[in-house]
Amino acid sequence: MARSSTAGALLLVAGSVLADGTLVVSNWDGYMPEDLPDRFSEASGTDVEISFHATNEEIMGKVVASRGKGYDVLFVSSPFAEALHELDLLAPIDRAKIPNLANLYPQAEELAYDPGNTFSVPYAWGTTGLCYRSDRLADAPDSWQDLLDPDEALVGRTTMLATDRWLMGAGLLARGYSVNETDPARIEQVRDDLVATKKTLLAYDDTTFYSKLVSGEADLVQAWDGWCNYGIAENPDIRYVVPKEGSDLWVDTMVIMKSSDNVDAAHGFIDYVLGADTGQWVVENIMYKVPNEAAMKNIDPAMLESFPNLAMTPDELMQGEQLRDLGETQKAYTKAVTEITSSR
Amino acid sequence: MRAPTALVLPGLAWLVVFMLVPCGLILVYAFLERGTYGGIDWLFTFDNFVRGVEPLYVSILIDSALIAGAATVVALLLGYPAAWGIARAAPRWQTRLLVLVMLPFWSNYLIRTYAWIVLLNREGLISHGLVDLGVIDAPVSLLYTAPSVVVGLVYNYLPFVVLSIYASLQRLDPSVLEASEDLGAPPWRTFLRVVLPLTMPGVAAGAVFVFVLSIGNFITPDLLGGGRVVMVGNLIYDQFLSARDWPFGAALSLALIAIMMGLLFAQAVATNRGR
Repeated sequence: MARSSTAGALLLVAGSVLADGTLVVSNWDGYMPEDLPDRFSEASGTDVEISFHATNEEIMGKVVASRGKGYDVLFVSSPFAEALHELDLLAPIDRAKIPNLANLYPQAEELAYDPGNTFSVPYAWGTTGLCYRSDRLADAPDSWQDLLDPDEALVGRTTMLATDRWLMGAGLLARGYSVNETDPARIEQVRDDLVATKKTLLAYDDTTFYSKLVSGEADLVQAWDGWCNYGIAENPDIRYVVPKEGSDLWVDTMVIMKSSDNVDAAHGFIDYVLGADTGQWVVENIMYKVPNEAAMKNIDPAMLESFPNLAMTPDELMQGEQLRDLGETQKAYTKAVTEITSSR
Repeated sequence: MRAPTALVLPGLAWLVVFMLVPCGLILVYAFLERGTYGGIDWLFTFDNFVRGVEPLYVSILIDSALIAGAATVVALLLGYPAAWGIARAAPRWQTRLLVLVMLPFWSNYLIRTYAWIVLLNREGLISHGLVDLGVIDAPVSLLYTAPSVVVGLVYNYLPFVVLSIYASLQRLDPSVLEASEDLGAPPWRTFLRVVLPLTMPGVAAGAVFVFVLSIGNFITPDLLGGGRVVMVGNLIYDQFLSARDWPFGAALSLALIAIMMGLLFAQAVATNRGR
């Protein structure tokens, strides 16, 4: 493996400038209650420094370049946790240091990318589906084809997610293929479908699709269920549905870098996040489902009524296929996505 | 050591460490292979360059050049008259006008680009304005197309064109213009045969600036293109981040660097000829 020694040296210097025992955590902006790091610092005495990444790919780029130096805990989606594990950048999870693992649903200990949670701990999970304005659509959508081959009235009023795996995922699921499909012929078929879809799309959007629904710029978008809740909170006419062809089960995980100097404190942070109270506060704050049974039991029923996708049970979630790292095939997906997004 | 050498060293060191070393790394990476999960395998290969000339990537490069070219032409068409106007204005007004031209730079690049999203989107000011004026029936989205990317690029790089042409115009000797008039040339001919050739260095500098910055730009196509307009900058970004294929991204970067260097060389030749 390459050693990017200049980058590594610079980060090492930067790292040593931080106070001893400060935990560096990288997460998506707004994906954790703002006071969570402070609450943890008070409870444990360890300082936490939060860094943000906008996409999985961004933090992967940084961490692979620096061999993990500069970060202690990362929040990454499951296929990327798997890739980091294969690249030998992750510290093993010491279950003795995370007693709150007992709070997880049994299904969350049997996830395909990391059975037994040996190198990652699940933080949030959910589905990908269709988020739409029920007051502007004549019929409620129930299939991926409603997005991929939309009615006249919806042309130019739809968006799809921009990240590789979910962009391709919609096309793969619509055809009944695996979301981890490696057959080149099938990948090309889906690519051709999605090239046709591009002509009807308004934009590819990972972050502002719900505000497009609220403002009326779009009427039907591909969305992660938690993001759709942000739209529902602003406009109760917005609804979320998992298409009949199914969804993937995505899991966002917490991982500890092997290069970390604060492995014990990192375990303590993860243990704190998995607490029943913390888990409940996370759900109420970011409106995503957590695989924390103790936390989900205490959610206010009124909240479950306003945001129906929060009430999905683990059994329902497990029907979705889990995303895995694609190894060599990742290049083919990126190429297919390039062909789709650059097509006229 | 002598004072001049000592003064040059910090700048030179900066250039070497932050430009030549990374370019050297890219040169090395371009000949290696991607590891199974990302990262690099130290195996020599020409594969990345072979892939780089596939029709898909060449067409993206050509599209990028077309968009950058369009941005350059529009910026010159808007910038030259503006620079001319400022150069002809009373001296105390010139400073104020130049400040106005530079004012957008006091805000962040992303904010300037986002401002266009607010203006151009379906629920935005321009769309609703056109509906209110009766020009169109229903709100329309002006975003997420190649022209909207060109608008964003022109807006961000216009000040460079104005300033560089203004500097050229300032150096123009007014007696040359008077001589041309005295010899009977109409204003348009004076412009074409005297002013334009003499200000070519400024025009070339501005044009190269806009083109080189536009062709490698990935933020504006991402925001104003809505993921539907793929330029070579986005392509390279995807290789490094989504595909985790650094060798291929490095090969594409080398192609881009080669083009930019070619253009800068051509500009240097044009400037020398102008003298």
